Amino acid sequence: MIREFKKIGKIYVFGMLWLLGLIWPMVGIHKDGSLSFGRAFTIWSYIVVGTFACLLLYLLNKSGYLDKATKPMGRVRDDLVAKARAVPVWIWTLVALAAALIYPLFTARYAHDVAIQVLIYISLGLGLNIVVGLAGLLDLGYIAFYGVGAYTYALLSVHYGMSFWLCLPVAAVLASVAGCLIGYPTLRMRGDYLAIVTLGFGEIVRLILNNWMSLTNGPNGILGIKPPGIYVPSFEGGFHFEHIYLKKLYFLYYIALAIAVVTIVAVRRLNFSRIGRAWESIREDETAAELMGVNTFMLKLLAYAMGAVFAGLAGAFFAARMRFVSPESFTFLESAMVLSMVVLGGMGSIPGIILGCAALIVLPEVFREFELYRMLVFGAAMTVMMIFRPAGLIPAKRVGTRSEEKEG
Amino acid sequence: MDYFIQQLINGITLGGVYALIALGYTMVYGVIQLINFAHGEFFAAGGYMGVILLNWFIGRGYMSTHPMICIGASVVLTMGYCAFLAMGVEKIAYKPLRSASRLAVLLSALGMSIFLQNAMMLTQGVFDKPYPIELAEGSLTVGGITVSYLQVIIVVFTVVLLVGLNLLVFKTRIGMAMRATAQDKVMSSLVAISSNRIISLTFAVGAGLAAAAGIMVGFYYGSVRYDMGFVPGIKAFAAAVLGGIGNITGAMLGGLIIGMVEVFGAGYISGQYKDVFAFIILIAVLYFKPTGIMGENVDDTRV
Repeated sequence: MIREFKKIGKIYVFGMLWLLGLIWPMVGIHKDGSLSFGRAFTIWSYIVVGTFACLLLYLLNKSGYLDKATKPMGRVRDDLVAKARAVPVWIWTLVALAAALIYPLFTARYAHDVAIQVLIYISLGLGLNIVVGLAGLLDLGYIAFYGVGAYTYALLSVHYGMSFWLCLPVAAVLASVAGCLIGYPTLRMRGDYLAIVTLGFGEIVRLILNNWMSLTNGPNGILGIKPPGIYVPSFEGGFHFEHIYLKKLYFLYYIALAIAVVTIVAVRRLNFSRIGRAWESIREDETAAELMGVNTFMLKLLAYAMGAVFAGLAGAFFAARMRFVSPESFTFLESAMVLSMVVLGGMGSIPGIILGCAALIVLPEVFREFELYRMLVFGAAMTVMMIFRPAGLIPAKRVGTRSEEKEG
Repeated sequence: MDYFIQQLINGITLGGVYALIALGYTMVYGVIQLINFAHGEFFAAGGYMGVILLNWFIGRGYMSTHPMICIGASVVLTMGYCAFLAMGVEKIAYKPLRSASRLAVLLSALGMSIFLQNAMMLTQGVFDKPYPIELAEGSLTVGGITVSYLQVIIVVFTVVLLVGLNLLVFKTRIGMAMRATAQDKVMSSLVAISSNRIISLTFAVGAGLAAAAGIMVGFYYGSVRYDMGFVPGIKAFAAAVLGGIGNITGAMLGGLIIGMVEVFGAGYISGQYKDVFAFIILIAVLYFKPTGIMGENVDDTRV
């Protein structure tokens, strides 16, 4: 422990001094020509205390001093996991679904709102998971498809009064067309280049939405989008079907739940299909996949299109739920947020991403007073995750076994 | 015709700034074959540090007595600050991931970029921060063309920095070590070049140049903002790719071209879509000639 600490301690001290050197000029040099140290030291000491506690715990754990506490807890956890495994997966799925179905009966409006957001982001996150997690193409402009879906419904609803249910598939199709349009020229690129180009495309879409005044009403956005409607049988004045709009939040909750469930099922089926395997092979080694007869070009294009479909569905629902769209909702930060959900949860892992979405939406709501620090924490979490746990909170299970795993 | 030449001069000014940022991308790429996503943030941090130092000098009253020394000191200190920042960022977000997959490094750098941007927002506020003084008032008028002294200073300073960088990379021992590391890390470490130190140094030099660009943009537009690093960052990346990533001369050329395209696009086609032109060039270059104008053959895995 002492030796460990000496080794890490030196790096830690240097790192903290470096941090102080960075923080102080930003907050300690004032306009009136004075210098102050108080605020810089306060911020710095918070960080020092926090990181030191983490470091100490890490070292104690690593050198075995916490075994007395962690070993029994680990056994309890293993027991629980074993018991949970004993129950078939479909029962857990049913329980989760039932819980989701009765959720609005026991909660208030605010909780519905948060839950709807979580469900929208689950659709987005799983859609992005197809592109990033399965096919391994880093897409930083993903939110553009969400925007396409939202604007499709907004425009069709406002100008032509088309119903939500009709627009949902239209939005999905248009988003996937956009996915192909953006995907086609970028698919020759790999890795970092692809990331930057998709980022550029995302910005182009946002700029178009922002500047095409005659179509999108520019930065003012589109108002007066109709919520989804349904026909209910009515017996007043003879039997006929009456059209009502679902303005109540818990109706919208069920629609969001339906979209999220469809997404989950579809992504799961895709993941374990031939196509899903082909995507994974492209992710692992594109050249080898091509040699094995995988049509990499078409499959990568398909990954883009499929990812965009779910973003389009989520986008159409978002427009119907907010009844207002503006380019403000489709900035790069949104893309980064969806991406950090996927990364945090575990790329390629469906339960992981659901957990990631729930965590990144619910936690900021719980810690409302730290609202400002949200993106700061997201950024830091992304870096820290990549360093310590690149596979995410719930790492994806691989399909089949790999040769190197058998040897180990 | 006057309008054309006027735009040309604006384009050169802007292009010089992009070239300075692009150099950071291209140098880092040359050494570790990765895109430094946080680079735009170094540029923004430079803009902020410039404002803070200038304000301080004005507050102390030094600015009225020794203006040139104060401005010079601000620029140098800012470049130093950003170099310091970049070295730390490299140690946190890149060094532990040397052997990880490219996607992991990319994401950790992206996280760092979001983190830095928000840290700046929290310490400096969400609003535009105005530059306290004008570097040089007045302008030259030749024929119908106006060139402000500020533009002249920016172009001259850019050229000085670019020449300095060229001397550093091609004439000194450190530059030789950098080029050796860029070519082959294993071989250069065998001749006692510490690749970790060279990578740190490369980040520092690139961030210093970006900081200088940040100050100049601050003077040019009169204010800085916490998210100002994002769009110029992508444009400078486009410039680096256009010139051939990893190639220093190419980055300078690419920066100039992107600056010109943006200014002419805004002047002759549409001012609202001025940000789009750089992206379109980026996509076109990557599609038709991924090695860029001056790039050598890049092997298949990089593109």
